[in-house]
Amino acid sequence: MPTAAGVEARLPIRSDMDLVWVRQHVRQAAAQLGFGLVDQTKLVTAASELARNTLVHGGGGLMEASHVTTGGADGLRLAFSDSGPGIPDLDRALSDGYTSGGGLGMGLGGARRLVHDFEVESVPGSGTTVRVTSWVTRPPRQREDV
Amino acid sequence: MPEHEAGGSLGTPTHEVRDFLRRRREQIAQRWADEPLFRTVFTVSRDEAVEAGKAVVDALAQVADAQRVEDPDAAGFSAVREQLARMGAARSRAGLSATQVASELAALRPPVENLLVADLDQASPEGLRECSTTLTVLMGTLRLVAMQTALSEVQALTDRQRLQLLEVATPVIKLWDGIVAVPLIGTLDSARSQVVMETLLNAVVEQHARFAILDITGVPTVDSLVAQHLMKTVAAARLMGAECVVSGIRPAIAQTIVHLGLDLGTVKTRASLADALGYCLHELGTNIVHTAPDGAGRR
Repeated sequence: MPTAAGVEARLPIRSDMDLVWVRQHVRQAAAQLGFGLVDQTKLVTAASELARNTLVHGGGGLMEASHVTTGGADGLRLAFSDSGPGIPDLDRALSDGYTSGGGLGMGLGGARRLVHDFEVESVPGSGTTVRVTSWVTRPPRQREDV
Repeated sequence: MPEHEAGGSLGTPTHEVRDFLRRRREQIAQRWADEPLFRTVFTVSRDEAVEAGKAVVDALAQVADAQRVEDPDAAGFSAVREQLARMGAARSRAGLSATQVASELAALRPPVENLLVADLDQASPEGLRECSTTLTVLMGTLRLVAMQTALSEVQALTDRQRLQLLEVATPVIKLWDGIVAVPLIGTLDSARSQVVMETLLNAVVEQHARFAILDITGVPTVDSLVAQHLMKTVAAARLMGAECVVSGIRPAIAQTIVHLGLDLGTVKTRASLADALGYCLHELGTNIVHTAPDGAGRR
């Protein structure tokens, strides 16, 4: 069984260097929880996009990683929060190709496609929190011995 | 500077400590030479350790003379800063943590304290206490100076390594006449990708390259920013008449790029560096002929 230690973390996001930490932590945590290589890569990429949003648009913030379970399935939940200007038009921000920062405009919408659950809470003027969760998908023939 | 006679009238505690340090310079240095900090750093001879100890005592006396026992920036410390840094670095190399080095520095105080108590046995308890407090503060400041020096060494090292990393990460390799390749490794943040773009474009000019291969086997994460940097590099190379091929796209990365919704349709991609080289050679009209097995050893 995976343990909470090594998965749970609160990492500050204040510089490019912190993004490296975020990616490394998410990769390790995902590997520890039993994510396959493709799912690990997806999660790390989503975390990279969201952490960069937190840094560039939110002016820095925090990532909280936690181990969640439902019906015997393990999942990794990542929450990115900042106290920046918030997202005025969420639908537009999620649409591909829209950018307010000179990027490709694929970050937020792309991250949503890379994870299983995705929710955004944004209050204009007081900050944004993005919570994403992915679940470990095990091959059906692999059965756990009791 | 007039010498105070032992047992004479006490001046200010700071001057008293200064005079004590000057008077007992030799004994303090001798005792320090037996402490782990000096003993393990100056292994060649004990005299060397004693000389180093004397230098530190002189610095402390100078700081006390200037009445700046609480000031780590006091001029007196500058003479021993380099020596303290060297000692700290030697202990770190031996595997000691910063805390352990700090406690070894703290261990320098008791021998001096004992000498001070023995020296001022004529003084009033209050005068002795004041002198002892002053000495403690002075030794505390010395510790602070040593730790500051060690920290700034670490900072300088980190800065140097960051610069080295920028250079190390971007070698441009000539694979064939007209074909250059850049193996990208690690994180492609904006500073690094700028260096990559510059070195690649320079190589395109110098080598008269018609093809440039960007190999991303060593890039762990390709997110939209990395993709954007890649596309900008490809576009810039195209303006200079070179075609770029991105190689080393692993299955997990490929699936992620698709889910992310990135359109790399304008970029020529290949799974491996070998495939990319094969493509470029083919485009250049160079044929690779496999020689027969019996002819393999002839060259």
